[in-house]
Amino acid sequence: MLAEPTDGRVIEGGRAHHVAHHFDTAEQEFESGKLGMWIFLATEVLLFGGLFCAYAVYRSNHPEIFVYAHRFLDKTLGAINTAVLICSSFTMALAVRAAQLGRRKALVSLLTATIAMAACFLGIKGIEYENKWKEGLLWGKRFHAQLERPAAPALPAAPAPTAGASAPEDRSAIPPAAIGPRGLARPGQRGESLGVEGPPRDVQVFFSVYFLMTGLHGIHVIAGMIVLTLMLIRAARGEFGPSYFTPVDLAGLYWHLVDLIWIFLFPLLYLIR
Amino acid sequence: MASNEAVIGTGGLEVGGNALGRDNYLNHGKGLRSWLLTLDHKRIGVMYLCVILASFFLGGVFAELIRTKLLTPGNSALMKADEYNQMFTLHGAIMIFLFVIPGIPATLGNFVLPLMLGAKDVAFPRLNLASFYMWVGGALLALGSIVTGAVDTGWTFYTPYSTTTNTNVISMVAGVFILGFSSIFTGLNFVVSIHKLRPAGMSWFRMPLFLWGIYGTAILQIMATPVLGITLLLLIAERALGVGIFDPALGGDPVLFQHFFWFYSHPAVYIMILPAMGVISELVSVFSRKHIFGYKFVALSSIAIAVISFLVWGHHMFVAGQSNLASMIFSFLTFMVAIPSAIKVFNWVTTMYKGSIWLTTPMLYVLSFLFLFGIGGLTGLFLGALAVDVHLHDTYFVVAHFHYVMFGGTVIAFLGGLHYWWPKMFGRMYSEFWGRIAALLIFVGFNTTFFTQFVMGSHGAPRRSYHYLPEFEGYHRLSTIGAYILGVGFLIIAVYLIHSLFRGRPAPSNPWGGATLEWRTTSPPPHDNFATPPAAGDPYDVEAWRWEGSVGGFVPRTPAPEPAGS
Repeated sequence: MLAEPTDGRVIEGGRAHHVAHHFDTAEQEFESGKLGMWIFLATEVLLFGGLFCAYAVYRSNHPEIFVYAHRFLDKTLGAINTAVLICSSFTMALAVRAAQLGRRKALVSLLTATIAMAACFLGIKGIEYENKWKEGLLWGKRFHAQLERPAAPALPAAPAPTAGASAPEDRSAIPPAAIGPRGLARPGQRGESLGVEGPPRDVQVFFSVYFLMTGLHGIHVIAGMIVLTLMLIRAARGEFGPSYFTPVDLAGLYWHLVDLIWIFLFPLLYLIR
Repeated sequence: MASNEAVIGTGGLEVGGNALGRDNYLNHGKGLRSWLLTLDHKRIGVMYLCVILASFFLGGVFAELIRTKLLTPGNSALMKADEYNQMFTLHGAIMIFLFVIPGIPATLGNFVLPLMLGAKDVAFPRLNLASFYMWVGGALLALGSIVTGAVDTGWTFYTPYSTTTNTNVISMVAGVFILGFSSIFTGLNFVVSIHKLRPAGMSWFRMPLFLWGIYGTAILQIMATPVLGITLLLLIAERALGVGIFDPALGGDPVLFQHFFWFYSHPAVYIMILPAMGVISELVSVFSRKHIFGYKFVALSSIAIAVISFLVWGHHMFVAGQSNLASMIFSFLTFMVAIPSAIKVFNWVTTMYKGSIWLTTPMLYVLSFLFLFGIGGLTGLFLGALAVDVHLHDTYFVVAHFHYVMFGGTVIAFLGGLHYWWPKMFGRMYSEFWGRIAALLIFVGFNTTFFTQFVMGSHGAPRRSYHYLPEFEGYHRLSTIGAYILGVGFLIIAVYLIHSLFRGRPAPSNPWGGATLEWRTTSPPPHDNFATPPAAGDPYDVEAWRWEGSVGGFVPRTPAPEPAGS
């Protein structure tokens, strides 16, 4: 796969690439880069891991909130976005192959397609955010949706809300004490009463989790677009070829992780039950 | 640092391998720019050393101010109660995030790791420099909060207080977030270096134990720090946007913050202690002139500590509303983590047994470490026991335990390692006489300061309080006197180390008779570390080196330093 190093230079397709002075061979340099990237991806997984953990804690403590509130998310737009990201992963994988084969034109167009689909994802995400903004379905203290109104859109299975049910504004000023891993769950609110008594308390918890998870993911999509744009510039200059394609390969790994995280976010947030 | 003008003697390998008069990494490039943009791991290590010692000084000044206030139980002209809160928060945050966590890996690790591997640099030199500047940026942001509203939450930033106090928590927390990523990238660099840059003949079990310690640390940095990162991001989001994840008024759970925080911060204390254990493993063998005892046990116990340390975070929350079952499991696991730590201590003591112990300054720190870490570790078991912890929780006993492990352990090992590698770093010997005096003063001062706090804490004196009951006044006074003795000890170290940079005796390439690869090159090393890449042998074959009076250091026993086996 990689050419034999001669006096620290590898010349075979693409532009000549200098092996950094502390590596013996291009192979060693490539493998080091790859290991470093995998470790970095592990740290990214753990970064999101904290949020997945928060999701698990709140969902197990307040299942009724999640079951009730997830209906406000737009499944269609979410599904389209999932498809867009999977396609972008496909073009990314093809781009890595184009780099390995030294097909410069194909590499440039595939990277462009990947970036375009990432932008498309963000656009659709923006539409979803805008809808939530208009409806007041926001995080924590910014949440101000009137849940009693039956006009709440996209509620195919929404139960008839009971008048006077506790909206977040009505709840007692003194919160119940936190009792360890069971959190703030109150007895009698689990299981049988799921979603049949109108809006549960603290619906904003779901939207806090939703905005935090999709927001952090969105930041990673933007970071991925920046990285891919840098790759595009370097690819247009013809820097990659069979002997040197490490950066494209590593950017591809990162992009697949960003997609993978969305693959988990979509069912966890949109497809409950 | 430019010592190229101070040419001493003839220099050169023939008189023991001092390279001050010749091309070395300190004079390889000239000017400030060649330092600030360097990719050389040795220079980056030295830059880390400068900024980390500056943070240590700042944190130390805060500590002395706190102790001075505590001379009297009531109000003090020195600082008001809220200033006292800010003072102990800054002392903790600076010492933990700016000094102890990066201390050994980023300074000694950066300098020594590639040398021990016989390599020219770490795997990613640019990332290494980026980590350094992330440290600087994070530190500036964290310290900026002193000006814009010094944080008064304690270094743990517990919610809900940290989300409601009007001090500048966001700046401090954002700084710590960036420092965390600096730490992650340093760890990533070291893991890849150890995996990919080991020379021929250095299998995993022929690696110096310092590298095992660094490796265990790096794994923890990589796997725990991202969780701190997301926790701090959530805290920032909580303050800036009001997401309510940790706010019970919005359906959030403040105890979840404690779980997240300690999921990082408990492994973090092992991030602090594992490299220290690595340093001790090197020093104890060299200064006992004896092969390390139980190499594999010392190496693998580093990994065992790293693994178990992920599973004990709940012992910080025995009284925070955790289920009894969870508390019992966490208590059991806490006792488990004592086993690999004890394995190490027994192996170090056995290494010394029947060795010819050479009481140099670094060895004095090793002996201090064994004594202080022993006390610190055993008192950890008191705190890990459920019933006892209820009594001791949030008393000075916890403060004393923590300082025995972190100061008595990590800082003492850092000082030992600094004195051990100082000749290699700067090519000069320091005053052995003053070194021993300072080591003694620090040992005495430390015990006076903190043993008193064990007694005080067991009598129920609460930590972090501005006022205290009059019956604790005697203890507090004694503790403060100890802190002053410590301060004098550190001043002496600062004076003779700085003096040695200019006037010290030129160091030979191997002043202590270490068998690891960094002693095979000149002191200080050349830019590329080794003229010819050395072949790795047994890193603890100290008998292969003999004292040679004419060079003031050690030379190989066999004329040609052929490496032993592969």
